[in-house]
Amino acid sequence: MMETFWYCAVTLLLAVYAVLDGFDFGLGIVYRFVARTEADRRTTLASIGPIWNGNEVWLISAGGLLFFAFPKAYAAGFSGFYLALIIVLWLLIARGLALELRSHLDHTLWRQFWDVAFTGASTLLALVFGAALGNLIRGVPLNHDGYFFAALWTDFMTGPDPGILDWFTILMGVTSATILAFHGANYLAMKTEGQLRGQARRAAWLSGSVVAVLVGLALIAVPFVQSSFRLNYAAHPIGYTFPFLGMAALVTALELRRRSCDAGAFYATSLLILTMLASTAWGSYPNILIATNDPANSLTVTNATAGTYGMQAGLWWFPIGFSLIVAYQVCAHRAFRGKVRP
Amino acid sequence: MPSAMLYDRLQFAFTATFHYLFPQLTMGLALLLLYFWSRALASGDDHYHQVARFWTKIFALSFAFGVVTGIPLEFEFGTNWAKFSNFAGGVIGQTLAMEGMFAFFLESSFLGILLFGEKRCGQLMQWFAALMLFLGSWLSGYFILATNAWMQHPVAYTVAPDGRLFVDSLFGLLTNPWLFWQFTHNMTAAVLTASSLMAALGAFYLLSGQHAAHARTYLRTGVVVGTIAAALMGFPTGHGSARQVFEHQPIKGAAFEGLFKTERGVGLLLIGQPNIETMTIDNPLIIPDALSVVVYDELYAEVKGLDAFPRENWPDNLPLLYYSYHVMVGLGTILVSVMGLALLWLWRGRLFTANWLLWLLMLSAPLPYIATTAGWMTAEIGRQPWLIYGLLRTSDGASPLVHSGNALFTLLGFLGIYLVLGLLFLFLIAETIRHGPSGHSVSSGPA
Repeated sequence: MMETFWYCAVTLLLAVYAVLDGFDFGLGIVYRFVARTEADRRTTLASIGPIWNGNEVWLISAGGLLFFAFPKAYAAGFSGFYLALIIVLWLLIARGLALELRSHLDHTLWRQFWDVAFTGASTLLALVFGAALGNLIRGVPLNHDGYFFAALWTDFMTGPDPGILDWFTILMGVTSATILAFHGANYLAMKTEGQLRGQARRAAWLSGSVVAVLVGLALIAVPFVQSSFRLNYAAHPIGYTFPFLGMAALVTALELRRRSCDAGAFYATSLLILTMLASTAWGSYPNILIATNDPANSLTVTNATAGTYGMQAGLWWFPIGFSLIVAYQVCAHRAFRGKVRP
Repeated sequence: MPSAMLYDRLQFAFTATFHYLFPQLTMGLALLLLYFWSRALASGDDHYHQVARFWTKIFALSFAFGVVTGIPLEFEFGTNWAKFSNFAGGVIGQTLAMEGMFAFFLESSFLGILLFGEKRCGQLMQWFAALMLFLGSWLSGYFILATNAWMQHPVAYTVAPDGRLFVDSLFGLLTNPWLFWQFTHNMTAAVLTASSLMAALGAFYLLSGQHAAHARTYLRTGVVVGTIAAALMGFPTGHGSARQVFEHQPIKGAAFEGLFKTERGVGLLLIGQPNIETMTIDNPLIIPDALSVVVYDELYAEVKGLDAFPRENWPDNLPLLYYSYHVMVGLGTILVSVMGLALLWLWRGRLFTANWLLWLLMLSAPLPYIATTAGWMTAEIGRQPWLIYGLLRTSDGASPLVHSGNALFTLLGFLGIYLVLGLLFLFLIAETIRHGPSGHSVSSGPA
């Protein structure tokens, strides 16, 4: 019970992270194509300038909460994806500096450099995070002690000894990156006016169309790659609510996009991301890390737990902490609501 | 030592040391910023507004570097120290998760408002954001120090049947007796770093004949706060920290004092080079009986030397530990003297014209950084060979399947990237200083 609560809490933090930092990433992906002039670029960056850092903290908090509730899964997962995670760190450094340092020097080359760094890091991060989700779905080759070490790639197949990148995780990576591009372009359209908004709408429409195809492929691929997901959904069909809600969100997003309703499309893509992660969590439960070789090696909410007292103690501070962060975040996002004023 | 372990240790040591160059400034500066924003709000004076805005800009720069170099540390617990995370996650997961929820959101949400929200949110909100920023950065320090304090002095845990540790009292973990001196000593050091930098910049502007009004404010604030902080570093926080080391980690104490043999009436070694082969100190300069007095308030108190402990429990790099400690204490002494002198001159109304003293203040700017780094090296090298004191050896904490090729690859990557980061920071700080507090630099607007 307690374990399930914390499983949901970690999922919730990660899902909110994906929605909030997701539009930062998506904006980064479309940034150089949408904003062609210096003024447009400044406006684009100003739309996330004061809030992107707070958005990123959801990732740190989700990681902290995973460490707190399921230290064994944290230890196994982080050491197993060693190379990929360290590369993520380097990309996060590049993206953070690009956003913070671009304005510090008035020189074209300086700005061009950080523009490329911002787009490049955002695109790669979106791909890697999607591939990470793919790895969680497909599973990893855990040994008896509950550890593994995943190569960046092996034969690109989803066998018992897969690499971090295979056809499935690449599909998930590309799907996620495209969804985030759609999401970020919707955000930018919502926050801007004039020609920049027109460009953002075009990028959103383009990426949205591709999303429709990719999400369809991913939905076919997931039960094929991970049979335990199929069993979970068959045993508790109420869980189908999440993927169906996701489909509805996608259709709504495309329809609102067609009608040029920017805010509506943005909220619809937010719901799409939330339900996508909820669907994954529903299919995976009670596993946190699924073993590809022997199901007995899987790390679950029970065998990776941090102990009863610790989890109960968390109930003292988590509700307070969570209410506070919602308050701060609402405060910060409200302070900069509406169109960006250059 | 297997090479993967060496790279794991070097990588954590390097990334943590580099990271902490930034938070020590931002945590200290958060306090001074709160003061400036309060003055600005109370007086409505444009001067204090400008001062507050300028230092907020420096804060933001240091904060950005602190954030991007801080995230790797939380990841590295898992990536490089998986067995440690698995073993102790049931305890330190609490403080690390709480840091994320209670501190990081506070800092990042309100820094955005402080930096970009002046037009949108008004002055009172600006001041409130400064207050929250101070609260957030000090809470962050508190939670991460609670984590380190537990590794230095484990309390409030039970051992589960599978050998892993679980917390058994959250209150006990958050009020670890080790934490009191560690927190006060560390946060005072952060204030000293920030105020020294502020005084140094004031001295630089005065000496170069620029921004005189600003320079005087920086000097006054930096010197007054800096003197208080420098004094508190020694007594009571440094003294308290040292006593607690001798009480709970006597091997560490003996090692950093360079005390090889157990003696009565031990002198305080000021300088000298430890010789591990002969177990003696070369070229010693000693104050007789002083160590016994400082630690035990007694002229002839016995202080245990390294010979009282089994060799496998000695810290594995004695000379480095010894030098770290002596560098910290030495630089601390110099800083107290410089700051004290400057305060005296300030009080006599002569500081702003005493060029030699302004030069001294300016050149002292790097010293708190070095002293703080050396202090942390004392704490952490002195904790060896333990990762969690008395419970888990460092050699048992690393990730079992990350081999040396991978670890070296990422270590080299971090070395390269952080070299670039360090250069970038210095370059941008120099730019900010050159533009000055009243200059209209491009960085005043968002993006």
